[in-house]
Amino acid sequence: MSEIANTIFSPEMAARFDHLVTIYPVKRSALVPMLLYAQDEVGYVSDAVVAEIAQRLDLLELDVRNVLSYYSMLRTKPAGKYNVQVCTNISCMLRGGYEILDHCKHKLGIGHKEVTPDGVFSLEEVECIGACCWAPAMQINYDFHDDLTPEKVDALFQIYRDGQGKDVK
Amino acid sequence: MPTLVSHPDEVKVVSRRFGQGAADIDKYLELDGYKAVQMAIEKGSEWIINEMKASGLRGRGGAGFPTGLKWSFVPKQSEKPKYVLVNGDESEPGTCKDHVIFLHDPHSIVEGTMIAGLAIGSKMGFIYLRGEYRYLLKIVEKAVADAYARGFLGKNIFGSGVDFDIVTQSGAGAYEVGEESALMESLEGKRGVPRIKPPFPAVVGLYGGPTVINNAETIANAPHILLMGGEAYAKLGSERNGGTRLFGISGHVERPGVYELPMGYNLKKAIYEVAGGIKDGKKLKAVVPGGSSCPVLLPEEIDVGLDFDQMGKAGTMLGSGGIVVLDETVSIVEFALRTIAFYQHESCGWCIPCREGTDWIKKTLTRVYQGGGNKKDVANVQYLAENMMGRTFCPLGDAAAMPTLGFVKKFRKEFEDYIEGNKAGTPIITVQQLVGAH
Repeated sequence: MSEIANTIFSPEMAARFDHLVTIYPVKRSALVPMLLYAQDEVGYVSDAVVAEIAQRLDLLELDVRNVLSYYSMLRTKPAGKYNVQVCTNISCMLRGGYEILDHCKHKLGIGHKEVTPDGVFSLEEVECIGACCWAPAMQINYDFHDDLTPEKVDALFQIYRDGQGKDVK
Repeated sequence: MPTLVSHPDEVKVVSRRFGQGAADIDKYLELDGYKAVQMAIEKGSEWIINEMKASGLRGRGGAGFPTGLKWSFVPKQSEKPKYVLVNGDESEPGTCKDHVIFLHDPHSIVEGTMIAGLAIGSKMGFIYLRGEYRYLLKIVEKAVADAYARGFLGKNIFGSGVDFDIVTQSGAGAYEVGEESALMESLEGKRGVPRIKPPFPAVVGLYGGPTVINNAETIANAPHILLMGGEAYAKLGSERNGGTRLFGISGHVERPGVYELPMGYNLKKAIYEVAGGIKDGKKLKAVVPGGSSCPVLLPEEIDVGLDFDQMGKAGTMLGSGGIVVLDETVSIVEFALRTIAFYQHESCGWCIPCREGTDWIKKTLTRVYQGGGNKKDVANVQYLAENMMGRTFCPLGDAAAMPTLGFVKKFRKEFEDYIEGNKAGTPIITVQQLVGAH
C-alpha cells in the first residue's frame, strides 16, 4: 500500500515506486529512475510529479528539481506520443545522421524539441546513443532503429502513425 | 536490432555466446553458465584475485587499469558495507560494445558481478545502465530475476553461506555519469557531478563504503577468466595486455560492427581486413581509435597494435575500443567542431577549465567553420586545450582537450588553409545545423 494519499500515478506505477524505495541502502537512490519512469507514464516531469516524488523520498522539491535539471532525457514539458531522437554524433554523422535529421524535420514539419500539432510526434537531435556500428541510428521512445535511410524513416513513421510501433517501457 | 558480424581473425571469449540465445538462463547454463561463480565460491577470494591478476585484464572502459589489482585494493575489513558497481553507462561516442553484451549475454554480467563481490567480500552489486538502454535494462532485469528464481542470487548463494544481491539501475541521460565517481553520485540520487580523488572508490565509494567499479565488458570477462585460467587468458593478448577485447569499428568502413580481437591486434588490419576496408573504395584520411576522446591518427600511423601500451606509444589511447574511421571526404575542421560541440554539451560545469574551455573552443571553431576565422584562432584553440589538460576533477576536461589537440596539431595546415579560404573535405552540415541543438 502506498503511503501517498492521492497519488497521481497508476496503481501499477505507485506499487512499483513503493517497492523501488525499499531496495536501496538509501531511499534517495530511487530518485533518477523514478523521475524517468514517472515521465514514461505522465509524459513529462510535471510539477505534480516533482511534488509526489519529493514526498515519497522525503526530499525537498528543490532537491528533486536540482537533479531533474541535470539529466538530458528528463523534460518538464510534454513531448509527442512518439519522441523521435536522431543521433548526429560522429559515427552517425559520417554515415548520414544529419541527412536523417533533416529528413525527419521536413517530414514532420517540426524542429529540435518541437511537437507536431496533432501531438503524435516530437523530434530531438541527441548525442551518441550507443548504436555507432549500426549508424545512422535513432530511437523512437526507447526503441532503437538502425542503418537508417530516408525511406526506412518514412516507413517507420507510418508504422507508428498506425499505432503499430513497439512501445518499449 | 544490432547486426552480428563475424571475421575469422576474431577470438571469441566474451562474445562466445552471442547469437546463441544465452539471455535465456537455461541456454546460459548449457553454455557453462554459473560454473565460474561456483568455482569462485569453492576456491575463495585470494584465488579469484590471483587469477584476475594473472589474466592481465585491464579495465575495458578506457582507462586500462589492471582489474585484479583494483580488486585487491579493497580493504578486507570494513565497518561500512562494500559494493560492486557495474558501469553500463556506455556513452563515449563511437562505443557500442556493452550494448551487445547486455543484449546477447546478460547473465555473464550477473555472474561477473557475483565473482567481483566474492573477491572483495561484498554482499551487494549494482548494474547501472544508461537511460537510453531501456530495452537492454529489461533484458538484464530479467536475467537478474531468473537468477533469483533459481536461487543463484539472494541468501546463501550456491550453498556457500554467502548472501549476494543485485540491483539494476537506470540512468536518465548524461555522458558525464560514465565517470566512476559521477556514477556513484547518480546512483545516490544526485546530479552526476564528479567527486574529488583521493579518496578512491576502493576506500570511500558508494554510500561511503569501499567499492569496486568496473566497466560492463570488464565484468563480463571475469567468468571466462576463472573458467579458462588467468594465464591462458593472458596468453590470448599481448605483453601486459591480457586477453581479447570488443572493438566497435564504425564510420567509413565496408563492414562496421563489434568484433572481438586479441589485444595487440594490428589496427590497420582491423580496418582493412576485419572491417572490409574503406567504404566505396575511398582513401583513408584519419582514424579516431578509441572513442571520440582519443587523439586522431593519420593513415601512416595506423600500423600499430591495439593495446593500451602500444597505442600510448603512438601518442593516442586504446580508450573504449570504439574505432571511428574517416575517409578523404571528411573536413577535419567540421569533425573537430562536432566533437567539441559534444563535450561542451556534456560538460557538467563543475570545473571552470572544462566548462569555459569547451565553450571557447566551440565558439572559436564555429567562427573558423563559418569562414570568419583568423590566423590566431588555431594557436588559441591549442592554448585553450592545453590549459584544460589535468586541471579538472574528472577526465571530461581531458577528454575534450585531447582530441582537439590531436586535430589542430596533426591537421594544422588544413585549419590554416581553411582560414585562408581553401577548404578541404566536403562539409556535411551547415553551422546552423551543427550548433542548432547544442
